[in-house]
Amino acid sequence: MNLLTLTILLPLVGVLALAIAPRENTKNIKLIALGSSVITLISSLLMLTKYKFGVQGFQLVSSHSWFKVFNINYAVGIDGLALVLILLTTVLVPIVVVGGWNEAENGRWSVKTYYILILVLETFMVAVFAATDVFLFYVIFEAMLVPVYFLIGGFGRGDRGAAALKFLLYSLFGGLLMLAAVIGIFVISVHQGHASFDVTQLSHLKISHNTQDWLFLGFFIAFAIKAPLFPFHTWLPGAARSATPGTSILVLGVLDKVGTYGMIRFCLALFPEATKTFAPYIIVLALISIIYGAFLAIGQKDLNSLIAFTSISHFGFIVLGIFALTSQGITGASLYMVNHGFSTAALFLVGGWMIERRKSTQVADFGGLQRITPVMAWSFFIAGLSALALPGLSSFVSEFLVLLGTFTRYPAAAVVGTLGIILAALYVLILVQRALHGPLQEGNEDTPDLNLREKVAIAPVIVALVLLGFYPKPAIHTINPMTSQVLSQVHVSDPTPLAGR
Amino acid sequence: MLSTPALNYNLLAPILIVLGGALLGVLVEGFVARAYRARLQIIIALLTVATAFGWVISIRAAVSQTAAIDSVSTDAAGTFLQGTILVLAFVALLFFTQNDHFAPQASALPGSSEEKEATLSGVQMTEIYPLVLFAISGMLLFPVAHDLITLFVALEVLSIPLYIITGLARRRRLLSQEAALKYFLLGAYSSAFFLFGGAFLYGFSGSLSLGAIRTAAQTPGANHIFLFLGLIFVSVGLLFKVGAVPFHSWTPDVYQGAPTPVTGFMAACTKVAAFGAMFRIFVVAFGAIQSDWRPVFVAIASVTMAGGAIAAISQRDVKRTLAYSSITHAGFLLSGVIALSQIGLTSMLFYLVAYGFATIGAFGIVTLVRDSTGEVNDLNRWAGLAKKSPLVATAFSLFLLSFGGVPLTAGFIAKFSIFTAAYDSGNIAIVVVGVLSSAIALFFYLRVILIMFFKEPTDDTVTVAVPSFMVSAGIGICFIATLVLGVYPDLVFNLLRLPTLLVP
Repeated sequence: MNLLTLTILLPLVGVLALAIAPRENTKNIKLIALGSSVITLISSLLMLTKYKFGVQGFQLVSSHSWFKVFNINYAVGIDGLALVLILLTTVLVPIVVVGGWNEAENGRWSVKTYYILILVLETFMVAVFAATDVFLFYVIFEAMLVPVYFLIGGFGRGDRGAAALKFLLYSLFGGLLMLAAVIGIFVISVHQGHASFDVTQLSHLKISHNTQDWLFLGFFIAFAIKAPLFPFHTWLPGAARSATPGTSILVLGVLDKVGTYGMIRFCLALFPEATKTFAPYIIVLALISIIYGAFLAIGQKDLNSLIAFTSISHFGFIVLGIFALTSQGITGASLYMVNHGFSTAALFLVGGWMIERRKSTQVADFGGLQRITPVMAWSFFIAGLSALALPGLSSFVSEFLVLLGTFTRYPAAAVVGTLGIILAALYVLILVQRALHGPLQEGNEDTPDLNLREKVAIAPVIVALVLLGFYPKPAIHTINPMTSQVLSQVHVSDPTPLAGR
Repeated sequence: MLSTPALNYNLLAPILIVLGGALLGVLVEGFVARAYRARLQIIIALLTVATAFGWVISIRAAVSQTAAIDSVSTDAAGTFLQGTILVLAFVALLFFTQNDHFAPQASALPGSSEEKEATLSGVQMTEIYPLVLFAISGMLLFPVAHDLITLFVALEVLSIPLYIITGLARRRRLLSQEAALKYFLLGAYSSAFFLFGGAFLYGFSGSLSLGAIRTAAQTPGANHIFLFLGLIFVSVGLLFKVGAVPFHSWTPDVYQGAPTPVTGFMAACTKVAAFGAMFRIFVVAFGAIQSDWRPVFVAIASVTMAGGAIAAISQRDVKRTLAYSSITHAGFLLSGVIALSQIGLTSMLFYLVAYGFATIGAFGIVTLVRDSTGEVNDLNRWAGLAKKSPLVATAFSLFLLSFGGVPLTAGFIAKFSIFTAAYDSGNIAIVVVGVLSSAIALFFYLRVILIMFFKEPTDDTVTVAVPSFMVSAGIGICFIATLVLGVYPDLVFNLLRLPTLLVP
């Protein structure tokens, strides 16, 4: 079997094992979930040995006929972008399992259900990045919402039912717009003589300018809701407030990347003319996201909402990089997706532990933890520094590339974007000051520091943040061929080509 | 000397078998002791439907226009529709077997002492089974009928038993009888419209045959005024049967009032038969003048999709919600009819299968949620159902997700293919309206899931009845079909990959 397909299916094997495991023995269930996600991780790492770096196009491809009437195939394959995002997914899932070892205990449903949903979600997340058939992508894009809906609604806090419903309605609405566009591009392919959903073949279609605009919007709005970009972001804070930390990591760290991934893979590659038409407007929206998200983050008193709003700001950077349509911009945005995955994971993990210990989500309640729990506080601090893109940590590289790429085409936008960095410093440092330093809040005296399990969970994330900060070259090298391919599909070249990076 | 017309009994057999089964059922009513009737009737009904289905399979490759002179067309689409009706009817009949849905004695006044007496003595109305079989025979004839008289006879044969069984609910009998009366009056009215339109078409073409109407419509210089009048009145009759806006107002009342198993049967099978007939009439008789009627139908389909979805939002009764949702689905199905293409027909047929299974399954589950006085249809009292019975809540959610067109359910493939057909035929407006209506419809499907899964149970009197074997089997079949057709739709589409589905 194709190694990629194997990676997609392995979590489902875990689901089967969980399905027959007895419900009462929760430790067993957690171990099965952990084992299955680690095996999936190994399988995805094995893909690196088969993958030819520096080559354009999809690799490890495999295709089987699925639904003949419409020539729909189970077609999977990965390029550099898909590869790094799949690795991000398979790395984060075991971390989520270890880090949130006890978070399913007080849900509405059994621990077993929680891990079944997590593993089903992992299959979908790997498959969605691997799909090279637009229809297959769409199916997974929609189907993956269902486990998240139950993860938020079944295991979350507070007004979880409403948050889950809002999340699902927003996403499904966007999905329906995308469905109309998917059907549209398919019918065009039928009329041009070759019915297909293959993303490479569809990119060769000749589509009139006007039609491109509409189809582009169908895809783009769906991805903008997912990403989430201003003004489609309003579902996110509620979902982040209600979800468990593990679910939040998967939603913000991986699931939302499907939006920005889809913009590159589908919006840019399939509708080059429309991309150029809409790019300036989208850049404005991205800038609004950066600034607006940052300001809202500064004003938040709830820790989870705060992290959610910083993400809106960061997604603004990613979208900015993509629609600057320069090689630095797109490579930077792609790298940003990975880095943001890790830095959000770190924030939600440590934030989740703080909330678990303190039984409060209010930032002000954590005061003085630095002295009591140094390891936890330092982990949180590093995660925060990565969110503000401190040089030496991974986000710096990607943010720098994005701004550089933007500057060569839209200098003014780059200047406004840079403001986002300053605001990021503000919200992170205020957060750290309020939450960790200052006078010790009452009730915090006996807070235990991170235990071994938690240290094991956070260590790889921090290693990744530092490693990708000091030595991002392998990741950039993996992503670059995809960038040049996309830029040639859009028919643009860099305004001022810079000699080798 | 009078020569008898040649009939091809082989091709007519499915219809005749069901009619025979119905007549046998009537005899059973007359001659078998009361104690054995119910069980015998169930067996007869299920066997009849299964035999007829077997026969349909054996004639699936037949193509003929002369099975009954030229009144019945046999072709792939026709046999597929007949097979669909029979399968769905079989599953629906499984839900009839719970013996507490039907009035013990329909002739007794609601609340009268006769009624109480009948209830106490444990009498059951078993006439319901022959009536259902009569309705099925009409449904089998309707989509293959090829002339206006046969169409009308089939329409009446399928409708009249339905009027009766709508009024047979055991509980809330006044509501049920009101529904039956409403259904009957409006149904009779719409049948009259259909007949009236048929008369105009006869006057226009000099023939009752659909083929002859098309030939007359293509004749240059013909005065089309009577053709259009006929088209309009015939359409009214058909649109009433499928419950399209603005002829939909009976749907919620009848769906709510009828005994729930009957609602499931009626909602699924009547739609299959009516849409089958509609497609045939519009392709064969009116295909040549499609540019004249298409814009009107685009408007009707759009209003039906949007109207059903919007009206459903404010519903608090699960049966009424499903009724409005069925109106929305009628709109989606209409957009397949309007496409008038092979792909339009294929996707409409698939849609009918997907919708049929989800509908019967959903109404089947409605029969299980009870309190001491019978079914609980108030959605607010469904709160926390997932705690009481996770399996039932999961199954109901799957059907709702399928209605909403969420991927990996049959409903998604159905919606996708029917929108593709509409887009392909140039009706982009319908796709846009369809997408927006789907979004609205999703809201109330998801709200029901929310109520079942994420609300705390508030009402301890509401319980989920333990389903009998037959009922579990029915729900199980619908559940598996919805899932399997969502993952592997070729199972149905492969049956339809033929050069000609519909003989003109």
